[in-house]
Amino acid sequence: MNLLDIHVLSKRFGERLVLCDVSVQLRAGEVVSLVGASGCGKSTLLRIAARLDKDFAGWVRGDGGQGRGPDIGVVFQEPRLFPWLTVAQNVAFAAGAPANDPRALALLSEVGLAGHEQALSKQLSGGQAQRVAIARALYGEPRVLLLDEPFSAVDAFTRMKLQDLLAEVARRHAVTLLLVTHDIDEAVLLGDRVVVLGSEARGVVEEIPVDVPRPRDRRGASLTPARARVLDALHEAHAI
Amino acid sequence: MSADPNAIPALRRATPRPSWRWPRRALGGIVPALLLGGVEIAVRAGWVNGHLLPAPSEVVQALLGLGASDVGGHVAASTLRVAAGFLIGALLALAVGALVGLSRLAEALLDPLFQALRAIPSLAWVPLLLLWLGIDEAPKITLIAIGAFFPVYMGTVAGIRDVDRKLVELARLYGLSGTVMARRVLLPAASPAVLTGLRNGLSLAWMFMVAAELIAATRGLGYLLTDGREMGRADLVFAAILLLAALGKLSDGLMQRWERHALAWRDSLGAQTK
Repeated sequence: MNLLDIHVLSKRFGERLVLCDVSVQLRAGEVVSLVGASGCGKSTLLRIAARLDKDFAGWVRGDGGQGRGPDIGVVFQEPRLFPWLTVAQNVAFAAGAPANDPRALALLSEVGLAGHEQALSKQLSGGQAQRVAIARALYGEPRVLLLDEPFSAVDAFTRMKLQDLLAEVARRHAVTLLLVTHDIDEAVLLGDRVVVLGSEARGVVEEIPVDVPRPRDRRGASLTPARARVLDALHEAHAI
Repeated sequence: MSADPNAIPALRRATPRPSWRWPRRALGGIVPALLLGGVEIAVRAGWVNGHLLPAPSEVVQALLGLGASDVGGHVAASTLRVAAGFLIGALLALAVGALVGLSRLAEALLDPLFQALRAIPSLAWVPLLLLWLGIDEAPKITLIAIGAFFPVYMGTVAGIRDVDRKLVELARLYGLSGTVMARRVLLPAASPAVLTGLRNGLSLAWMFMVAAELIAATRGLGYLLTDGREMGRADLVFAAILLLAALGKLSDGLMQRWERHALAWRDSLGAQTK
């Protein structure tokens, strides 16, 4: 059964058709990477899934049935921390931002930020701020985590550490991920499936399974075939 | 010597950074000191008429001549008026500004009116306030409140309007809306502009206080100015101006201190260098 079923018949920005007949399903516990060229509608699809954009034709359904979808956490490209709150208060924002919420403190420890609980966002590096954003998204114990190019603004080494962290917390919290990324290596490393979105509203061009057991080695050759297939799909769709 | 790569950073950390705080403050006193010294010399040498531009020493003498209780009385009267007017004006402005900032309907209804009222000079209000409220404290405090109102109103509206859309979107994701959104996101995010508005409002409150006391008062620094003019005592006028400058600077300094404390979270150049 699908945990989240997103079907966009059409989505326009003014006269421009951005998404047309796009369908993405998330099964419980899997990681789906969504790739495509800039402007193909990846982030728009994620915003629709997060119910941040309701101006579209189609539907977003949870649990394969009617009614509200599963609880969703979202991590954006930028950390979006409230600068007047401490790190711990940011994580516990959903609970009214208490100063020393035990769950927030535990999550911060889990993402490697023990000792930074009372810091302000201005005292954090980009990678640390994104760790806080991940902890905050996990605070409400969501079943689905939507991530919109979450590591695109950090350096390569930090990105690798954050990718490992994300894979670890997704496993530990048994959370389903929809990861929008422009980084093919990242999509293949983290995803159980890679959904390739075509440009100019061509919809889903191909879905490529990544049948490589975890933990995965980013330096090994096991991911190479899937990476090559994603690249081929992108070329085929003239998306790059 | 050890090849420890941490040695240089550790040495750097141990070296105290030179403090420019006091030298910088002292720099701000150089020009006024030179001006005062120049005036003192010019008056004593007879280059300028001491009745029109008294020597600083004569201004100090005038202040001492008034006596501590008399000076204190004038200062207290003006300060109390400013405090009352500023409090009323700022509180009203915060409430109305928040309403206009948060509601498009309130903006359409109220903002054009306030923008028009904002353009009215302080002295233009005086005859109307005297007609409506007499010559007691009420017209003076009302005039000061009007002066304080507009900067705080403008700051509050602009602050709320400039809140980062992405933070609002995130808060909506957590189900925040209405007054909870205003309390938890919009007002804290708008606080830098609101505090700037409060500082400007306090400044204008002092200016409007002088306008209020010039018209009908028996105590206060505005009254001291009028008294000095009517008696042809420029030293008294300058003494009152000096006290106004000192009180304005003192109150602004306190506001600035509060602003710095309240906005310690800001990651801005101002927050680092102030």
